[in-house]
Amino acid sequence: MIAAVTTDAFLERAPVLLRDAVTGFLPEPWHTLVNALIAIALILGIFGTLFAFITLAERKILGRVQNRPGPNRAPIPFLNVRFFGLSQPFADGVKALTKEDVVPRDADHVLHYLAPVALLAFSILTFAVIPYGKHLVPVELDAAVLYFFAAGAATELAVFMAGWGSRNKYSLLAAMRALAQLISYELPLLLSWVPVVLIAGTLSTTAIVEAQAGWKFGFIPHWHVFTPWGFAGFVIFMVAALAESNRSPFDTPEAESELIAGHLTEYSGFKYALFFMAEYFGMLALSGMAITLFLGGWRAPLPFLEFIPSYVWFGGKLIVMILGFIWIRATFPRLRIDQLTRFAWKFLVPLTLINLGNAAFWSLTFHWTGPLQIVRWAVGIVLVIGPFVVMGRKLSAGVAPRTYRYA
Amino acid sequence: MNAVLIAIALVTLGAAAVAMTLRNLIHSALLLIASWAGVAAFYLWAGAEFVAFAEVLVYVGAVSMVVLFAVLLTRRSRDDLTVASDSARRAFSGFITGGAVCGVLFGAVIASPMGVMSSPTPTVTVRQIGTQLMGTHAASLLIVGVILTVALLGAIVIASADRKDNSEDTP
Repeated sequence: MIAAVTTDAFLERAPVLLRDAVTGFLPEPWHTLVNALIAIALILGIFGTLFAFITLAERKILGRVQNRPGPNRAPIPFLNVRFFGLSQPFADGVKALTKEDVVPRDADHVLHYLAPVALLAFSILTFAVIPYGKHLVPVELDAAVLYFFAAGAATELAVFMAGWGSRNKYSLLAAMRALAQLISYELPLLLSWVPVVLIAGTLSTTAIVEAQAGWKFGFIPHWHVFTPWGFAGFVIFMVAALAESNRSPFDTPEAESELIAGHLTEYSGFKYALFFMAEYFGMLALSGMAITLFLGGWRAPLPFLEFIPSYVWFGGKLIVMILGFIWIRATFPRLRIDQLTRFAWKFLVPLTLINLGNAAFWSLTFHWTGPLQIVRWAVGIVLVIGPFVVMGRKLSAGVAPRTYRYA
Repeated sequence: MNAVLIAIALVTLGAAAVAMTLRNLIHSALLLIASWAGVAAFYLWAGAEFVAFAEVLVYVGAVSMVVLFAVLLTRRSRDDLTVASDSARRAFSGFITGGAVCGVLFGAVIASPMGVMSSPTPTVTVRQIGTQLMGTHAASLLIVGVILTVALLGAIVIASADRKDNSEDTP
């Protein structure tokens, strides 16, 4: 974390001031260590709580979408007031902790035990480089974006360990699917943020947020999503992020209607909960990265709203993204594994490559002014929409629209 | 600082050594991945952030998948995964081959002029690496890209079989 600049508003500096007040009691050599420990504790605490309530929000929203109330029975302890079932996550936590931990006799015990631990560890690692606010960056790295995706790439390995170590054919199938999915979607995920690095000229997350400062005409923020290449990159990034975090409609590794629960089949109790925790952590981290890369990071959308502290803006954007994820889960049916891989290789990868060219054009025409600006925007938009329409038609030719015949 | 280096080296080499002695291929593959992670940790220790993250991204993230996929797709059953130790002749020839490769590599490392480290470790930013790769070393980068593309195309040609589309795909 950086030291607070005194010109900022009090609320903006408040977290750093509070931290400095706590560490101020300790001798100087301890400061770095204690600061790091405070950052770790805060990340675990805040995202742990967020995870607990997102599970509740997801279950309640999915319930509402499916025209049922969702979980609403868990009362507040000792008071016996239900209050929308807000204590449900804690009830779930107690249940997961006290449940028997069943391990299959013939399972590979080491891998079976190690899989949820590794998965959670790698998901938590990704939180380190996201700028949560103007002064709230846990670790400042020169190659922060690369670090983020390197840490995230190792999670599917844990899914494989779980699937193979369970000694269950459904789990093994899920592991194979997870590998296929990773190889397919890693490429569009990585290629979709390359244009951002190209335009911003840096791999550091703080500098990327810095590059999105300011407003056009005083009200359109300079966020990357408001450029043709940025919009395309954002959408592709979100699609690939859905696939990377094994979320519906790309949840083929755990497809419960085909594979029981995939790699989760032989897990119970707290290990099962750890898998879910890691999945939600991955989703939160990828959303945070999408906000940093495309949605202006912690920046306010309008100039007169800047009095609200930056971390509030980041949190607000994060919650909106998560609600979007839940909405998508409630809306789209699951893809088949062959559709999923075909979608990645024949559609997303070419689109990201064209988008890279689009971003290169954007950066080369940086100095264009006046009517040339219109040409710049028109070419950018055509380079986004044209390939999308052409390749979309090619992809669905002969497959969609499907005709269903009922008996 | 040296203690860290020794610890990293022990983990890397230890994982690689155990990977060779294990009879279970999946365990070997996972330990090999651990060894790659150790190499990445070494790069990090040496201050080469960019290379370290690239190593994790490419080896731990992607190449590991290919290795595991290959192991799973080429074995008939779970019991087939454990490889029995073969004849002494095979072990001997393996030892000779590995020793020869090791000798060539060591010879190359020892023979290359190292130069005494006079100045403190230079701090190289990712931007500098990028300009170097795109400027002075652009040709080598392009050649590597072409070679990899050719390898990929060759793999597709070898692996692809002329098959008609699945009947389920047509309406």
